[in-house]
Amino acid sequence: MTDSTKSGFYQETAGPDQTFLDANELVLNMGPQHPSTHGVLRVILRLDGEKVLGTECVIGYLHRGVEKIAENRTYTMFNPYVDRMDYVAAVSNGLGYCLAVEKLLNIEAPPRAAYIRVVLTELNRMASHQLWLGTHALDIGAMTPLFYTFRDREEILKIYEKYCGARLTTHAFRIGGTLYETYDGFEQDVNNFVKFVTPKIGEYEELLTTNRIWVERTKGVGVLSGKDCIDFGVTGPVLRAGGVKWDLRKAQPYSMYDKFDFEIPTGENGDTFDRYIVRIAEMRQSLRIIDQAVNSIPAGPIMAKVPKVMKPAVGEVYVSIEAPKGELGYFVVSDGSTQPYRVRVRPPSFVNLQALDKMVRGALVADVVAVIGTLDIVLGEVDR
Amino acid sequence: MADETTSKDQPKPPESKPAAEKPAAPPAAKAAAAPSAKPAGPTPQPWESEMVAKFKARFGSGIREASTYVGQNYMVVDGSIVYEALQLLREDEGFDYCVDITAVHYPKREEQFDLVWILYSFPRNERIRVKTLLKDGASVPSVVAIWSTANWLEREVFDMFGIGFDGHPDLKRILLPDGWKGHPLRKDYPILQQDTEWVKINLGIESGQ
Repeated sequence: MTDSTKSGFYQETAGPDQTFLDANELVLNMGPQHPSTHGVLRVILRLDGEKVLGTECVIGYLHRGVEKIAENRTYTMFNPYVDRMDYVAAVSNGLGYCLAVEKLLNIEAPPRAAYIRVVLTELNRMASHQLWLGTHALDIGAMTPLFYTFRDREEILKIYEKYCGARLTTHAFRIGGTLYETYDGFEQDVNNFVKFVTPKIGEYEELLTTNRIWVERTKGVGVLSGKDCIDFGVTGPVLRAGGVKWDLRKAQPYSMYDKFDFEIPTGENGDTFDRYIVRIAEMRQSLRIIDQAVNSIPAGPIMAKVPKVMKPAVGEVYVSIEAPKGELGYFVVSDGSTQPYRVRVRPPSFVNLQALDKMVRGALVADVVAVIGTLDIVLGEVDR
Repeated sequence: MADETTSKDQPKPPESKPAAEKPAAPPAAKAAAAPSAKPAGPTPQPWESEMVAKFKARFGSGIREASTYVGQNYMVVDGSIVYEALQLLREDEGFDYCVDITAVHYPKREEQFDLVWILYSFPRNERIRVKTLLKDGASVPSVVAIWSTANWLEREVFDMFGIGFDGHPDLKRILLPDGWKGHPLRKDYPILQQDTEWVKINLGIESGQ
């Protein structure tokens, strides 16, 4: 008992001799089936009372060996598999993979396909952020936003369903362009969606931005400065909330993103609240891009000339895109055969999750839940 | 375990006509994208820049190759100087973001592994790759001290390929269970293979398939 009084945490609340709790360290398992870990993530917490002294993540429960599967499939056959990594942003995954193989084949999707890709990818970013907002708020204890965001996300999924028949793992793009022409009334549907959802983002903000409980639970929680983000390789909204104005769509534009006018929202403090503000602002920017893109889709073919049997020349490329969660990269090695020799996926969730330990040290257990939520991880992508 | 590479290697016919395949696919709209003038049938071109010259002057033959392939720059460096080179890239050249660390297995080569660091520089908005060739069983210095992000990335490479990283603070498996045998992304590990012993003991079933 006397030893435990030395730990600073209890000294403040109880006198050196009158501690009523044994303040020895406690090791607590959170997950792998904890509802707020967004899947099968196990976090081992080392606690001093409520205070987190350290964490260790145990991952791999969803490991399916996606990279190994790639080596045993042709380039085309592997395309649908990437949707199963970050399944809430399947369209982005597909875009990254298609761009990488196109680079390897030295072809480029025609402008019409690129515009359709941009519309669908930005809708996907919107859907991913909406899902994130609903579940993140639910973790912290606000149930209402979940219903609002899922109601609106449904409209995006309906557009996907009409476009390609699938709602979640869409397989919307093909190497060299898109397989499907837009359906009749696609532009109308997307324009209606933009009109419908613009005021809804205001509704989310009304529920949360000035909500005292929300602000107290998120301000100053899980701070990760821009410098730390770079050191930990953290990208996406988390990096931007730390004040680094960096977005691959601007830094190294792909798929004609340089044709669109949009801004990169940034935060200042790098805390959970800033990340919320950044993602809300990103939804608005996505709508801006969708609005520009859908109303200027050029006429023309939707598929580049792609050989029936794809045999890229020997070589290797790394192509990355700005997925909703950060930099999603594909490192593809070709040995000249019909199957990729190696496909390495650089998953944003995996790399971002690594910063969890840094963000929650010294915080309370309840903040761990908030920080896991704010990192916006999808375990399918962490484990692949 | 990697000694059986030749017998169990997955049959992957070597390319017969990599260059001849290319002209079949000259796309209509490719002019806009190719960042530098690398037309169809690309081959690695020498990569010349101030930085490469500096590195060559400093390391001499330690820089085995510096090339550009479809507009992407990479450097192949000798294992003995790789740590120094990476440190120099971080500190002097501004490559402050380690995007990824990964490996590729070529069982038929004497130096079986390509170990690849993908780096990005925020100040220069430039991406490069640094590669080194490793023998089976060899290890490289860990770069966790240079980029914290390397921690999990190196663990994944260790898990999947069995490449060791000297000085890594906590080198253990990350995606597969701790007691697993074998490194699945090696080419001598067939896609259906699993550690049946582990599966029997830990899951209580005969096979995971």
